[in-house]
Amino acid sequence: MTVQGWFQIVLFFVVLTALTPLIGGYMARVFGGERVFLTPVLGPVERLFYRLMRTDPEREQDWKGYARTVIVFNLLSFLALYLILRTQGIHPFNPQGFHSGTWDVSFNTAASFVTNTNWQFYAGETTLSNFSQMAGLTVQNFVSAAVGIAVLVAVIRGFSRRSGKTLGNFWADLIRSLLYVLLPISLIGAFVLVSQGVIQTLGANIDFTTLTGAKSTLAVGPVASQEVIKELGTNGGGFFNVNSAMPFENPNGISNVLELLLILIIPAGLTAMFGRMVGSRRQGWALYSAMLILLVVGVVVVYAAEAHGSPAQHAAGVLGGNFEGKETRFGITNSALWSAITTVTSCGAVNAALDSLTGIGGAVPMSNMMLGEVVFGGVGSGLYGMLLFVLLAVFIAGLMVGRTPEYLGKKIEARDVKLVMIGTLAMPLLVLFAVSLATATKYGAPSLFNAGPQGFSEHLYAYTSQANNNGSAFAGYTGYVQPNSPGNTGAFGITYADIAGGLSMFVGRFVPLLAALAVAGSLVSKRVAPLGPGTMRTDTPIFVVLLIGVILLVALLTFVPALLLGPVVQGLTPQLF
Amino acid sequence: MRKDLISSLVAIVALTVMFGLAYPLVVTGVSQVVFPGRADGSQVKKDGKVVGSRLIGQDFSKDQSLFQSRPSPTDYNPAGTAFSNLGPNSKDLKDAIVKNAAAYLKRERPYNRGLTKAGIPPDAVQTSASGVDPQISVANARIQAGRVAARNRLPKAKVLALVKDNTDNRALGLFGEPGVNVLDLNLAIQGATR
Repeated sequence: MTVQGWFQIVLFFVVLTALTPLIGGYMARVFGGERVFLTPVLGPVERLFYRLMRTDPEREQDWKGYARTVIVFNLLSFLALYLILRTQGIHPFNPQGFHSGTWDVSFNTAASFVTNTNWQFYAGETTLSNFSQMAGLTVQNFVSAAVGIAVLVAVIRGFSRRSGKTLGNFWADLIRSLLYVLLPISLIGAFVLVSQGVIQTLGANIDFTTLTGAKSTLAVGPVASQEVIKELGTNGGGFFNVNSAMPFENPNGISNVLELLLILIIPAGLTAMFGRMVGSRRQGWALYSAMLILLVVGVVVVYAAEAHGSPAQHAAGVLGGNFEGKETRFGITNSALWSAITTVTSCGAVNAALDSLTGIGGAVPMSNMMLGEVVFGGVGSGLYGMLLFVLLAVFIAGLMVGRTPEYLGKKIEARDVKLVMIGTLAMPLLVLFAVSLATATKYGAPSLFNAGPQGFSEHLYAYTSQANNNGSAFAGYTGYVQPNSPGNTGAFGITYADIAGGLSMFVGRFVPLLAALAVAGSLVSKRVAPLGPGTMRTDTPIFVVLLIGVILLVALLTFVPALLLGPVVQGLTPQLF
Repeated sequence: MRKDLISSLVAIVALTVMFGLAYPLVVTGVSQVVFPGRADGSQVKKDGKVVGSRLIGQDFSKDQSLFQSRPSPTDYNPAGTAFSNLGPNSKDLKDAIVKNAAAYLKRERPYNRGLTKAGIPPDAVQTSASGVDPQISVANARIQAGRVAARNRLPKAKVLALVKDNTDNRALGLFGEPGVNVLDLNLAIQGATR
């Protein structure tokens, strides 16, 4: 740990906090249907989309209609992506001549990108054609992020509206978040990244002879355009297998800090948008504060743990930080900062090898995800997940003081709390079940790379990551066997890991999503009680503390026994396995 | 339901055209015009032939008179990247570090009297994340400078000056960590010995 390192971390969060109200205010205007500075350019494109889709953006939907459109759209998106992957061999933009994917890995990959997870059982540069990367994955990077934002906007309307039954029009929310939010930031971000050295080309790989006479090949492709939306949409699926550790994805300190900002900017900005939409910016800042505190604690722990070095390194007599699986240009500081940020958000892009983090350092990314991806979380999905926890906190506080719980003036009743419980507990249940099955039966074994507690950690990490739609991995874990022959022939998937993982991603995405929409549907028509002296304030530091307590209690405590068996054991012992 | 199906199908086609084809092609076109060298991978040429990319590390172990890259779990393959994925308490990781440290000491100690295991910079014996880290730490480069100077019959002060010239400092003086670009540095060393 160095003073310079701490300074970088503090500076980063200052910049993020300053940008939050700006982007939040902009998004509030976009989703309020107001004119913004991009309207003259994008308005006609927006209307063209509505005309092609034969939909009327003014026609509002109730929560069931909204949910149905979301499900139908995602189902078809999944089928389209699955088809692209299965027929890759016949598409254009395939300079390396890669063959089509196997059914189980394609299932996992399609589920992964449609649910905004971007878990990767395949290795991008040795498996996928440029066409699959662009028309398949990049599209879903945009669309899955926009679906998250759209659903969040609908959920917020459930809180902010005072009457009626409708939550907005899904297509309008989807198209607006794509055109006004994701596209402009992506375009600017992509050019800045290319200016730093991120590659962007459709040419074939470049063969060359190294300075000392060895033959080698540079794998190239349209990286920058995918890199930027990979961060911005909290997707995380890299063009290269080693993701943002690859210099062609993340060449220097500037690209690194920009990519980190891209990961957090929308989830952070959405808290400010929430504040504006419900008419009290303090409510937005309260949620932002709770998120920031939980994130910063994680950063501090992982930074300290990594700077201390690993048991294996100490046993070998080498001093200094744990540099295994870390890049020189990022060092301990930026690898630690990134590893915490990529896991509180559901991004999952990495710039260092998570599998090689120290025991305690590796426990941080894992527990970050176990919080349910509500600390910033995925774009949109993070905040609607957080709102479920807010309702839970309000409910628990209401029980303690013996009052009917209210949030933003709306009564929280038995049906709402039941939905909240389904939304918050589905994920832990799912993860623990899938991990137990993988550990207790023979089906999980072929996926493991490390032995002992680290092997268990790999299982735990894999299903936690997939069920929370994060997508980062203890990357020794695999569901895909890469052939040695060129062009991808002879590859096969590990069916259990692919299918169990794919199903985890679907359940982890859509159960909380539907629960949040249902809650919003129930809240939207409720009358707003005026603020009285007996009202419990939800924009005060004490509520922030309560909220953090509830999140830790519900989400993390469920996982403590599992965490003890894996990363904590390794963090506490110098023994090698 | 039927209406949702039709709208969804149209949306998927239209969005694929816009975000899957138009968006990456526009970014590619503009990048190729505005940043031609960088968009193509910052290739480095020597005598008119591509010898690598300044962003991609390569293996220099065949020529012990040059600066050496960090250990790589993939044999420095930029077209098939992977982490070592060895866990923090892994015996295999310890064995690998022991082996790398012994090799490092054997190579550098003759030119750095008193160098011990405890003095080895951690980046020199632990594998990078990408396997093609183009940089080594400044401390690592300064240790290797003794050997490179002696093998190339250059004054050590000259080699240290070249190390300094080829150090990428923190971006804007703020972000990231300083590192020495090994390919650039080795090309500079070769230039100086000519």
